[in-house]
Parts: sequence; C-alpha cells; structure tokens
Amino acid sequence: MSETRTIPTAASGEVLLEASDLACHFDVSRPWLNRVLERAERLTLKAVDGVSFSIRRGETLALVGESGCGKSTVARLIVGLHGLTRGRLVFDGQDISDLAGRTGRQAAAIRQRFQMIFQDPYASLNPLWRVGTIIGEPLRFFRPEMSAVQRHRRVGELLEQVGLSAADAGRYPHEFSGGQRQRISIARALANEPEFMVCDEPTSALDVSVQAQILNLMRDLQQEYGLTYLFISHDMAVVKHMADRIAVMYLGRIAEIAASDALFATPHHPYAKMLLAAVPSLEGVGRERSMIQGEVPNPVHPPPGCAFHPRCPHANERCRREVPQLIARRDGSEVACHGVEEGRLP
Amino acid sequence: MSSTPSSDRQADPGTGVTTPEPVLSVRHLRVEFPTRHATLVALDDVSFDIAPGEVLGVVGESGAGKSMTGNAVIRLLEPPGRIAGGEIRLAGRRIDDLAEDDFVPLRGRHIGMIFQDPLTSLNPLFSIGDQLVETLRTHLPLSVAEARERALALLREVGIPAPETRLDSYPHQFSGGMRQRVVIALALAAEPELIIADEPTTALDVSVQAQILALLKRVCAERGAAVMLVTHDMGVIAETADRVAVMYAGRLIEIGPVNAVIRRPRHPYTEGLMASIPALAERHARLYQIEGAMPRLAAIPPGCAFHPRCPHAAERCAHRRPELMPAGASLAACWLHDPEDPLPRRAQEVAR
Amino acid sequence: MSRDVKSTVESPPASPPPGRLRTFLDSDIVYSWQRQPVVIAATLVTLAMFAGALFAPWIAPQNPFDPGQLDLIDAFTPPLTRSEFTGTFYLLGSDSQGRDVFSAILYGSRISLLVGFAAVLFALVLGTALGLLAGFRGGWRDALIMRVADVQLTFPSILMALLIFGVIRGLLPRSMHAEVAIIVLIVAIGLSDWVQYARAVRGATMVEKHKEYVQAARVIGLPDGRILFQHILPNVLRPVLVIGTIGLALAIIAEATLSFLGVGMPATQPSLGTLIRVGQDYMFSGEWWILLFPGVALLVLALSVNLLGDWLRDVLNPKLR
Repeated sequence: MSETRTIPTAASGEVLLEASDLACHFDVSRPWLNRVLERAERLTLKAVDGVSFSIRRGETLALVGESGCGKSTVARLIVGLHGLTRGRLVFDGQDISDLAGRTGRQAAAIRQRFQMIFQDPYASLNPLWRVGTIIGEPLRFFRPEMSAVQRHRRVGELLEQVGLSAADAGRYPHEFSGGQRQRISIARALANEPEFMVCDEPTSALDVSVQAQILNLMRDLQQEYGLTYLFISHDMAVVKHMADRIAVMYLGRIAEIAASDALFATPHHPYAKMLLAAVPSLEGVGRERSMIQGEVPNPVHPPPGCAFHPRCPHANERCRREVPQLIARRDGSEVACHGVEEGRLP
Repeated sequence: MSSTPSSDRQADPGTGVTTPEPVLSVRHLRVEFPTRHATLVALDDVSFDIAPGEVLGVVGESGAGKSMTGNAVIRLLEPPGRIAGGEIRLAGRRIDDLAEDDFVPLRGRHIGMIFQDPLTSLNPLFSIGDQLVETLRTHLPLSVAEARERALALLREVGIPAPETRLDSYPHQFSGGMRQRVVIALALAAEPELIIADEPTTALDVSVQAQILALLKRVCAERGAAVMLVTHDMGVIAETADRVAVMYAGRLIEIGPVNAVIRRPRHPYTEGLMASIPALAERHARLYQIEGAMPRLAAIPPGCAFHPRCPHAAERCAHRRPELMPAGASLAACWLHDPEDPLPRRAQEVAR
Repeated sequence: MSRDVKSTVESPPASPPPGRLRTFLDSDIVYSWQRQPVVIAATLVTLAMFAGALFAPWIAPQNPFDPGQLDLIDAFTPPLTRSEFTGTFYLLGSDSQGRDVFSAILYGSRISLLVGFAAVLFALVLGTALGLLAGFRGGWRDALIMRVADVQLTFPSILMALLIFGVIRGLLPRSMHAEVAIIVLIVAIGLSDWVQYARAVRGATMVEKHKEYVQAARVIGLPDGRILFQHILPNVLRPVLVIGTIGLALAIIAEATLSFLGVGMPATQPSLGTLIRVGQDYMFSGEWWILLFPGVALLVLALSVNLLGDWLRDVLNPKLR
C-alpha cells in the first residue's frame, strides 16, 4: 500500500498526471465534549485510501463507483480543494502534492493549467454576478495584463465556443436553463486555456437530451484543444461513451483499472462485473437485471480485508483478512482481487 | 383544450390493453397554474388508463409534467396549481370532483405513494413498526397485535432481513435502500389498487436500484396492484414498465407498449430522446442531440409543442395540435401518423 | 412546481435585457407590495415619519429646544387649541414649558431614528464581520464567537443594553455624559443586538462556502479575502438586511425604553422615550396629551417599520414562499 506504483503506460502519450497512493482521511468524530461524555472514540472517514493511477496527455480517464466510493474526493484532491493525508501527485513532472496549502503566484502557475467542472449547474455560478464577470474571473486573476476590452472579447469568444451568444455575457445565471448553465461553467473552465479538466459528474443533474448536448460539446472541445479529462460519474453508459480508460472505485480504493473497451467486454473484479450487470439498459427490455445483494457499507466502518467481501459471492478467508493490491494483468488491466490473482476467478 | 372542436377522439388512449375496467382512468386532464402574468397550462389534455396489475411508466424531462400528473391524481398539486378540466376515475369512480374530506381516505387505502426521498415519507420520530401499525390500523380493522403481525409479514416480504429485530428501529438506522423498502411496505400496507411511484430509485445507487425495482414489480404483481411509475430514466422504464407514456411540455405525446416505444419510437421527440441516451452495447463518436430545449410553460408554441425542434416539421405542425393517433403498436401525437394525410418524413434519419 | 417551470427556461428572449427600473417594477417584490394594503399603509406611514423627522426644522412650528421660542405662559395648552395669551395654535397641545408637543415629537423622532439606524448599523457591521469570520474560518474562532453569542443570548437584550450603558458611562467622566449620551446609547444598543446578525451570517456563510461557485473560485486559486468579500459576503447579505429592518423597530423601542427609564437621552435632547417619561408625570393631572401623543408616535413608527420588516422577510425568504 505504501510503495509507489507506476501504472504501465501504453505506447503513446506522455503521462500528464500521476497519482501515487493518494489518501484523504476526514475526522468525523463528535465534538470533544460529546466524545468524553459518551465515551465515543475518534472516528476517521477514509474517503480515499491508497489510490494510484496516471493520466496521459489527451486521454480521458473515468472514475466510476457508487456513492461513498471516494471518486469526488479524488477529484478534489487533484485540484487542491482538499489536502492529501498521504501520497504524491505529480503534474507534468512537478510535484503538486502540497497544492492545497500553496498560495500566490507559485500556486497560480500550476493552477492555471487545470480547471474543474462541477455537478450542480444551479450552485456552480455566483447568482449575483453577470455571466461575463463569471467567465472573466479566471482571466482577471491569471492575466492581469489583459485589458477590459480584450477580456470582453475573449469572454464573447468563449460563449460562442460553448454554443451560447456573446450577448449572453450581460445576463445573470438565473436566466439560463440547467444545460446552458453547464455551458457557462465549461466556458469559465476554458477561459484560461487549461490542459487538464477535472469533470465531477458534469451531466448527472441534467436531462438526457441536454446531457447528450453537453457530452458532445465536451468531446468537441477535447479534440479541438487536446484536453485531458478526468471524468467522474456514476453512470456506466456515460462513462463508456466518454472514457478511454476506466477506474472502478469501491470504498476509497480502486478495484479495477482497464481500457474502456476491455472493461466492458471482460470485467475481472467481481464488483466491476456487478456494476456492469446492474446498469439498466434499453437493450434489456423486460430483462431481469442480475441481482446484487446488499448495499455499500458505511465508509466510516469499512469491512476488514477486501472491502467488497461481504457482498462478493467468491469471498474466502483470505478476502476477509487481507486487503488486495492492484496487480497488473497481461491484458493491460489492473485488478485488486485475491480471487483474480489466485486464478480462482477468470 | 384541444385544437379540434370535436371532442370525439380518433383513438382511445387505452389501446393495447384489453381489460374490462382500468384501475385508473384519466381523461383530458388539464392542470393550470394561475400566475400574475398569465395562466400557465402545466398539463394539457392528458389521457391514459392503467389496467389492474399493469406498470405504466411515465417519462419525460424535468418540467414535462410527469410528476405533476401523479400529483394531480393524488391531489398533491402545489398551490396555486389546480385541476382545470378533465376527469380522473379510480376503479370507475370519479375522484377528481370529490370534496377534500372524502378524498383524504383514498390516499394510502386505495392509492399508495412512493417518493424519491424515503426520508420525506417516513416520520423520523417514530419507529418503523409504529408507522406501519398506525397506517394499517388507519385503513383496516385490525387490533394492535394483528397489525404488528401484518407489519412483520410486510417487512419480510419487502426483504428486510430479520424484521423482528428491525420493527422497533427508527428510519435513520436504515440504509437508503432499506428505507425505500420500508416505504414500499408502507405504501402496500392497506393493499391499495394503485401505487404511484415518483422517481422511486433516483436517489439510490445502481446496484440497490435494481433490487428495489425488482421488489416493486414483484410485490405489485402479486397483489394485482397497478403502478404508475414516474421517472426520467429510460433504463428503469425499459426493465420495469409494461407500457410507457412519454410527456413533453405538459402533453402526452406518445403512449404504447414498452417494447414498441423503446425499439420503434413513433414520435420524433421520443426518437430523439432514445437516440440521445448513451448506449452500453455500442459506442458512437457523437451522441444524437435534439437541438434546443423544452419550451417554458409560459411560451409553449402553438400547434405541436415540439415543432420548432422537430426535423420533420411542416406547415400544419405550427398551427394544428395533433391528437394521439395510432402509430404501429403505439399512439403518437404527431402528424406523421395522420391516418388521412400522413406528413412525409424528412430524409434526416435518427440512427442509434 | 416553481422550480420546474423556471428550470426549463429554453433560452432567454433575444431582445436586449430590460432596463433596471423596468426589471424592478416587474419584480415579485413590487408585485407583492402592490397586493397588500397593510404593507402599502406601513410604507406610507414610515416614509411620512422619516420625512417628518428629517425635515423637522422646516415642518415644526417651533424649535422645542430653543428656549427663546417657548412661551411659558402657554404651558398646558390642550390640543387643537389656540392660546388665549399668545394666539399660537397648538395642534397636539403644549407641555409644562409651553413646548409644542407636535414639534417635540418631530424633533424627538429625529433622535429616536438616528439612534435606531446607527445602532442597527453598528450591530449589523459587527455581527456580519464576526459571523463571516466564524462561518468561513471555523475552528476555535467559530467556537469562541458563538459561545460568547450564546452567553449574551441568555440575557434579555434590554438588560444587556442597560449593563453596557452603565459600564461605558462609568468609564467616562461625569461631565461628558450629556454630550456623548447619544453615542453611548448607540454603542449599548448595537452591542446588545449583534448576536442575531452573527448567527444568521455564520449559518449562511457555512452554506455558501460549500457551494460549487466558491469551490470554483478556490480551484482558480483566488485568495481567501477575495473569495470572502467578492463571492460570499454579497450572497449572505440578504438575511442581514431583513433582520436589519426588523432590528430597526427593536432598536427604536430599546432606545425609548432606556430613555424612559432615565438612562438614555437627557431631557435637554429628548427622544420619543424621553418625551414619554416626561409626559408620564402629567398622566393623572389632566394633561393627557403630553404622554399620549409621543406614545402613539412611537407605537405607529415601531409598528410600521416592523410590518415592513416582516413583509420583506416573507418576500425575500424563498422557504416561506
């Protein structure tokens, strides 16, 4: 768990971001007085516990998993919204593990190279600001040398790029629908021409037809600017549409990482299999979904050993005792499962 | 209400089901929201039936009126919304004109409700056993002991492990999936003929979602209860519903057997909607996208509400509102399916 | 429902955005105002009383603080009476000094309103600053500020004001008491009232700081100060303004109470409270107007400001709509 592992990279593309053994623990204890009176112990939520992966320039890596698996926390660790409890983050050769604590120009040099798109289009725009001010904010901060006129022109360009009109800069967010607001968020993220975008469930608050518009826009932008995406979602179909590689997370760890096609064709980890089988699909009209037992346990009290063992049909004594590590397979995927490692499972 | 003066409908929206008497029959339902600028028509001429034991999926995007249809049936419209026309019949009996006092006993006893967030349906201050017993005794002549026995049986039926030990637990002690099971038990307690489930699995993880849907389907089938399943998720509809009603801008635009609607949608909006859903089986470079967005209630275009976004739109679409017309196994409100003079399709093909 | 309707805005109309005035006249606030006669009446009364106080020197028949303008011989003239001696008409009667009660009310409400506004402003700035700090930084600062607030809340605020008033007076030399009375009063009432602003702002700050637009600003790397003042502060001000309006009525009453108890404004610079205290002496000797009219003025002022505040709270608070 503590050793640094490098994900074998495919032939093409340099590594843009490398995460090794990321961990983020939150103290979720009751206040001190309650602890003393109720004799409760300190509680730690291990939202992310030993996650390693790398993202190559120009690719889309997706993190999928159910609620509480830590996928959003990973996103926030990368952009420095939370501090790392343990682990190392290297962005384009520079160590950015301490980004959350950095301030000033030194941090700005790194921060202007990546951006984030959020889930809730109703909360991600300051309701009191005009759209032009919102989109111009990164420019005002990162490029103080830009004149107001230049900035205004750039904001207009950005709005048109995401399918809105330059005149929309004078409006307020409440005048726009959810899908349009998400376009504004994307325009803000693009403002300073970042290389890397962290997208935290960017379409899960949108209707399907609007989702299609936004996903198409994101792919167009990726091609046009050679963007690298870390794409977080709980929706397997969306992930399949967007991702080159997929990491399946369960309770703060990665269960399996594989190329998108490979994962959907032959998932190895029992949880990945289960997740795929559970997706309701249009193809399966009237089909009974394969039934998965149980629910995700409370991450404050994760099961010992492999966190998935209580729900796993193949669990044995070792699974209950020992935490499995990600192990690379010949087909390029990596799986953290004793059963797969021992050859008990395909 | 409808653009044609004649009230004779060209087709009966209940087509596809040949049961004697529908559990729920909604005809020409119209819901209005008077605001200071104008009266918004939130539901406009909505008609459908649900047969005993049938699951009718109601889909649409936010603002299409799918939840409002359910809320109108159980009279939980948010003020100032009101039913402004049409009729609703429950097992043949008209319920939309009942006085409030006569309507209240229907909820729970004849119409069960399941909402998206189980926490809003459960009282956090009472144990689930107490809530079940209370519900049972409100509607059925049972002693406390009998009701408790029934409650246990119900919990067992909805798959709560070791229900004897959970009867005295409080809602917050259950996980999300288990809570939704309790809500289902509550909704079923008085054996209602109709269950209205409004986004019952939206707040749940996929793995739990499958369990809950299977459970809902099984228990309703066993009791012969009809289900109106309101959801935005076509996948949920595909595997749970028998028939589907698609809504757009407060109108019912297509209704038919689930297979027909999903595999061969007849209304251009439904076609576009299906094609815009990312598929698991195949992968396309781009998703099909319907340009534009659903109109605001205050600005619903005349004629067919979809015509400004429709690839096949013609002259008459902008002026005359299409009724539901037979289209294959379904009914679709689109001039493409006009029996006398069908509109030609434009070449542009929506391919999955 | 309302969310559904709003969330489906397809595209804002192509016409240029309407002017600010038109947008304002079309807003829900104006609409709600027009529909409530009580609120309209409260607004008119409040405006009239503000104007009366503001333009007192031009409206009042005499300056009640200028002894040269008072005629002792006119003392205790009843309301609506022309004096037999000087021929001066007294709308609301005169007091023991021959002071016109109407003029005294105009000048008195001036002081009452000044103290009220200043005290609210003081409490608002202090409470907002502490609330922002507590909500944004959290930790020991939050714990300290909120515990102080909790302790202060256990005392009735008038008692708090009395205590603060006493302490400040004790610290100042006696000779200064009369000159600084008004400032002492403002600080005392303000200090007794900051807690509710702090609590409201802290709560709103904790909600806003976790919203995604604040996180987006963090991802850009904006410094805390900029996030706090450009993003969070403007978005938490709404509840503060509502509390401020209701607080104004309370502050006016608090001032009147203190002055009535004799610890507020001296008789040489009477506020409404002082006038009531003075008038009390004549309650049973037949000169009822000296007490009644200042009392009614205070009641009407406080009531209409309060009604406005309640209405504003209802309009601005989406939860109650």
